[in-house]
Amino acid sequence: MSHFGEVSYVELPAVFHLSGRFAADTDPNKVNLTIGAYRTEAGKPWVLPCVRQAESILASDETINKEYLSMSGLQSLCDAAMRLVLGESSPVIQEDRAVALQTLSGTGALYICFQFIDQFYGGCKDIYVSDPSWGNHKLMIDRIPGLNFKQYPYYNSETMTVDVDAMCRTLDGAAEGSVVLLHACAHNPTGIDPSRNDWEKIAAVCRKKNLLVIFDLAYLGYASGDYNEDAWSIRYFADLGMEFFVCQSFAKIMGLYSERVGALHFVGATSEIAHKCLSQMKIIVRSIYSNPPSHGARIASLCLNNRDLRIEWEDCLKEMHARIRRARTYLHTALKMANVPGNWDHILSQNGMFSYTGLTKAQCEVLIEKHHIYLLKSGRISMCGVTESNAKYVAESFKDAIETAKEN
Amino acid sequence: MVDIMAKQWYQRRVRAIIGVTEAFNRDTNPNKMNVGVGAYRDDAGKPYVLPCVRSAEELLVSQNLNHEYLPTHGCPNLRQAAKVLAFGADSVAVTENLVASTQTISGTGALRIGGEFIKKFHSSETIYLPTPSWGNHTPIFRDSGLEVKSYTYYKKDTKGLDFQGMLSDISQIEEGATILLHACAHNPTGVDPSPEQWNEISQVVKSRNLLVFVDMAYQGFASGNLEKDAYAVRKFTEEGHRILLAQSFAKNMGVYGERCGAFSIVGESESEAAALESQIKIVVRPMYSSPALHAARLVGTVLNDPALYAQWLVDVKGMADRIISMREALKSGLEKEGSVHNWDHLVNQIGMFCFTGMTPEQVARLTEEFSVYLTKDGRISVAGVSSRNVEYLAHAMHTVTK
Repeated sequence: MSHFGEVSYVELPAVFHLSGRFAADTDPNKVNLTIGAYRTEAGKPWVLPCVRQAESILASDETINKEYLSMSGLQSLCDAAMRLVLGESSPVIQEDRAVALQTLSGTGALYICFQFIDQFYGGCKDIYVSDPSWGNHKLMIDRIPGLNFKQYPYYNSETMTVDVDAMCRTLDGAAEGSVVLLHACAHNPTGIDPSRNDWEKIAAVCRKKNLLVIFDLAYLGYASGDYNEDAWSIRYFADLGMEFFVCQSFAKIMGLYSERVGALHFVGATSEIAHKCLSQMKIIVRSIYSNPPSHGARIASLCLNNRDLRIEWEDCLKEMHARIRRARTYLHTALKMANVPGNWDHILSQNGMFSYTGLTKAQCEVLIEKHHIYLLKSGRISMCGVTESNAKYVAESFKDAIETAKEN
Repeated sequence: MVDIMAKQWYQRRVRAIIGVTEAFNRDTNPNKMNVGVGAYRDDAGKPYVLPCVRSAEELLVSQNLNHEYLPTHGCPNLRQAAKVLAFGADSVAVTENLVASTQTISGTGALRIGGEFIKKFHSSETIYLPTPSWGNHTPIFRDSGLEVKSYTYYKKDTKGLDFQGMLSDISQIEEGATILLHACAHNPTGVDPSPEQWNEISQVVKSRNLLVFVDMAYQGFASGNLEKDAYAVRKFTEEGHRILLAQSFAKNMGVYGERCGAFSIVGESESEAAALESQIKIVVRPMYSSPALHAARLVGTVLNDPALYAQWLVDVKGMADRIISMREALKSGLEKEGSVHNWDHLVNQIGMFCFTGMTPEQVARLTEEFSVYLTKDGRISVAGVSSRNVEYLAHAMHTVTK
């Protein structure tokens, strides 16, 4: 007699489905534009040379064992990650107002952050998230009963830009002390980022309403190729003396996806506050998973702290960024050559891994069913799936989809 | 604003264990001993990477694998091998695909996923833990949103199992509640039920229609024999209990910091198992999306390669045997010192931990006078005992207890 006889079968989010269908698809022209993982020009996963070298170093190091890390993880990784995000000579670090713990990639950082806010934040627990945002944000917030999911306008689908005025109006109307989740760079799913001017306006309204800011930082370096440039928004908020969290992922920026390497940073008003918060975050960690995995952390730490590997990693990051920019160019050129209706300049102006194509749900369905091109029905494509050799096919398929899709 | 009171007791507990290690590290006494922390040490007192795991690692490096995302529920290789290890290859649970599972962030992760699952899907929100239990059980289940209660387990007078007390308490648990059982090598006491006692426990649990959640962190590590250590898991499953199971590979594979474990539920049917597994993934995804790969590759490689598996059996038995011999050496050391106390429990208890029965005052003296570091409840980690220091420990324990 089962205790769980009433439990129903549930499907995973669309992105996993589509990956499964892609894998099973035998069509030779199939293209996967769904998942956010880097691919080479040959369409293959890429293990960064600096990561390979780091693994080699670790494998031959007899002094390394498998003992538990502390609850906050590998200190050398936390320290290097902090300097990466906030800057080598950050005043915030010098004043010891920044704390960091290693987390289970970006998702893990967000989860600890949300749990911490739920348990320890005395202010308003309305969490404002961009419309649209990464699907898992809403799932995570809905999962914690004490938090309320809210949205701010972000994407103007007509102009295909950030509607910063509408965004700031909504945040200005939020309750004092609400929480706001911002994508530091390379917004997922739109690929559209605020300009520096926009960031100044956003920061102003955050200060005015004393909003608690969380930065989601999954794509540091993917927007411009330069991580100092991409971290500008975070450092600007730090310079303004604001308190904020940064949920950082090393998945894409080091190709360490499945090793689950990330960090949760908190910049506090004072050093004492920051360290007290860190102590409480560690307690939260202990009842979820005790301490984080060591292998990926050691790789990431070596890549950041070893001089030669660091230089190599910076080059790898530039290469990944450059290849994605080339992919954007291939697609943009192909769309023009095929005379695909519409203005496709946004393919070039958007940043990072993803592009909001502007395709409708019906058009996406044609792409999937008829042309074996897999993308999210929101019209989001992962530029990593575009190569010089498939750009033409993708463009021509877009054309057919636009011309033949039956809109309801 | 903040539930400070509830957090404080736990912070003290965490500080207690971490405090032991920190104090140990600061101590300059050359004879100092750390019998606080629960990680295996070899006879030289060093951390131990199992030979089979070293070999697996060399194999993996040569394969130049990538680090692409795992599915939400982890590495299929590892999940299947974990099921077979726990339930037995010939068990109906395995042969009829009744087991829903996910790879987890070691045992802690498995317990938390289980706690969250119970909260979300089970009719009762109460879980019963043995007294005492692992210090982290209460926070894990409390933070999952469950009410934590307890049942009698350890008997101070005998330093053994209070079997009648345990059965009596279980028979009064409200129908449908969840009961947590330690499969083997109970942490922190080292006191396990015998197979006959497990059979009786199964009957009483059944009579109350309780949901059984088994924590198995020491399979193979307790007796050196995988089947023997999994007796409770297999017996309960045979008896029709649809158990929840948290498995850790931290100790028995020595992969501690790599974080490898599994959470399973035995379903009524293959389709129920599929439904359960789909729901487990929904629980996992908002927490950390998917688990860590490296640990799964290591453990999966060892479990699935016949030669490495055979090596593992030798490695894990080696650890278990060393611990058993240290228990015997400690007991005979105390007898040699002339202790008049009964130290049978040192060898009757099993696994890494031993509830010595020493009082907090005696523990304090052990630390202050002999630089022997352990937790106030008198628990020692036998893994921290070696042929080099067992006589010193016997002498110290005798001195404070005579």
